[in-house]
Amino acid sequence: MAEAIKYRKERIDRGIKARSDTIYMLSSYRELLYILFPRVLPISFLLLSPIFIGGGYWGKVIFYSCTFALLALSWDLLASVGLISLGQALFFGVGSYVAGGFNFYFKWPLFLTIPLATFGGALICTFLLVPVLRLRGVYFSMVTLILPLLFDHLIETLEILGGTHGLLSLSPFPSHWMAVYIAVVSVILCLFGFRRLLHEDYGFVLRGIREDDRVVMAGGINIYWYKAQTIFIAAMVGCFAGALMTHYYQFVGRSAFALDNTILPLAGVVLGGSGNFAGSVLGTFILVPLSEALRALGGLRMALYSLILIIALATLPEGIFHYLERKYHQFERMVSI
Amino acid sequence: MEIIIYGITNSVTLVLMTLGFSLTFGISGLANFAHGAFYLLGGILTWVFMNELGIPYLLSALLSIFIVGLFGFFLYWGLMLRLRGLAINEVIATLATAVVIIEVLRYLGFSGFTYVLPEFIKGSIQIGKSWVDYQRILLVAIGIALIIFLFLFTHRTKIGLSFRAISQNERTAISLGIDSDWTAALSLSFGSALAVIAGLVILPLGSIDTQIGYDILISALAVGIVGGLESVPGILVASLILGFGQIVVATFIKAQWQTVVTLAAIVVILAVKPSGIFGKYKELEERV
Repeated sequence: MAEAIKYRKERIDRGIKARSDTIYMLSSYRELLYILFPRVLPISFLLLSPIFIGGGYWGKVIFYSCTFALLALSWDLLASVGLISLGQALFFGVGSYVAGGFNFYFKWPLFLTIPLATFGGALICTFLLVPVLRLRGVYFSMVTLILPLLFDHLIETLEILGGTHGLLSLSPFPSHWMAVYIAVVSVILCLFGFRRLLHEDYGFVLRGIREDDRVVMAGGINIYWYKAQTIFIAAMVGCFAGALMTHYYQFVGRSAFALDNTILPLAGVVLGGSGNFAGSVLGTFILVPLSEALRALGGLRMALYSLILIIALATLPEGIFHYLERKYHQFERMVSI
Repeated sequence: MEIIIYGITNSVTLVLMTLGFSLTFGISGLANFAHGAFYLLGGILTWVFMNELGIPYLLSALLSIFIVGLFGFFLYWGLMLRLRGLAINEVIATLATAVVIIEVLRYLGFSGFTYVLPEFIKGSIQIGKSWVDYQRILLVAIGIALIIFLFLFTHRTKIGLSFRAISQNERTAISLGIDSDWTAALSLSFGSALAVIAGLVILPLGSIDTQIGYDILISALAVGIVGGLESVPGILVASLILGFGQIVVATFIKAQWQTVVTLAAIVVILAVKPSGIFGKYKELEERV
């Protein structure tokens, strides 16, 4: 038996957190800065990094990071109603193929195909997933996992939508900068929009459904309707990411439904910390550049992400962002028991 | 005639693929997405034991069943137990394990025509007008034997009874002195071992390709979703429907349309009865 523990760690909010809580943050520049710093930092990083990095290879990486961040945000929104998606590739692939299909077969310009893919793709995904809502959590995961893999098989074997070759030479964005800034701005909008959404009355209902759905039902709220709406919003974001990627690559193929598009956002969310959206963006902006740096590993990268995923789950279940947030708002000290 | 023969073998193949998955899910409520990975791992381990280490077939088969079963046990004991109750993390962890196993095996290059497991008995027999391999007949026999064995196991032995106790009511089972963690770990171990047995029976019909790790998972999930996961009759019926459906479509339309059958079955069953044909209590009231 170890000797009795004399001290324990105590966490206390920093004084400045209390002082800058509501309207009082206007009382001085320090308080204002304390509130603004964590918000301005990611925005300025996202807006400025494409300019500093330029248009080359790493400029593309910024774009990839943004699309995967969108997928991660969409995952996090689903998770905040208690739906565990294992098929971000479904949203991504459906969006890609809707945008690519209309552009390839009807030659519609991308300003038409991207919104169409966003809304139409989201409708398709929602209709596919709504029946599962009545079932328990794991069923939703299973169905979302299996659907993209089946679509992948379907396109391969039936030779529809370009089959194994995919749809080539789609219309590109007018410039690299436009693509990157559309992606960056949409990440920022989703990040802050979702965070705000979950603190509105609407978001309280969503979080209530995650915590205890029967209480929400007892409150006379139709939880299926709310869940369906959430799926639609999340699918919109995912499909938008897919459509962007399609036009950026000027190509859509079976790889859109690949498991990578599920695992990478998922690893990002788990690494960054789920539940507050900022973590998912942080996680993907760590993982995607890392994975580009490790491109030489080839197929082993997937194994690596999954390993990161397992390690993060077992050792750091709260995620990086929650850790940083805690350090920012609180200090720790040892007190005697 | 051909349709009946191939339909039956195909259905039994699907049953074999699903049994382990459904056993684990039914007992511990753990959706083991690493099921396909264990199937693949078992097949490759057996091949390595036989061809690299020169161990006789029977011994290497038993050895790989044992090793993968042990792996499943320690996966539960080492990882899942930490995440127990956090549904999100359980699901992610098994899927991640699957991807690690499959992608590492793919990286090591274990696919292609050199990687073939031996058939139990070579040759084929003529039934009616069509030739059937002995392996396929054996497959049906083993499948049926395995179902009977599992039934007897869960109704007659002590471990099997404790499995059913945990799946029915965990707290009552604990109060009767059944260690639920131990039992759940055993269930994952048994499920993994069943995956390997399925692999040993099915894999000799073709060569090993790492992609089957995902394909097996798709089949198992499809059968599970259509039939209702933890009910064995549901799995049997769903396997028959999917198995015969695939063969009928393959004979009369085109072999490529088999996937369409699976997808259509899932979509239809989700629209009509989302809990599966024999799924009983998976409606919302029952939470994970």
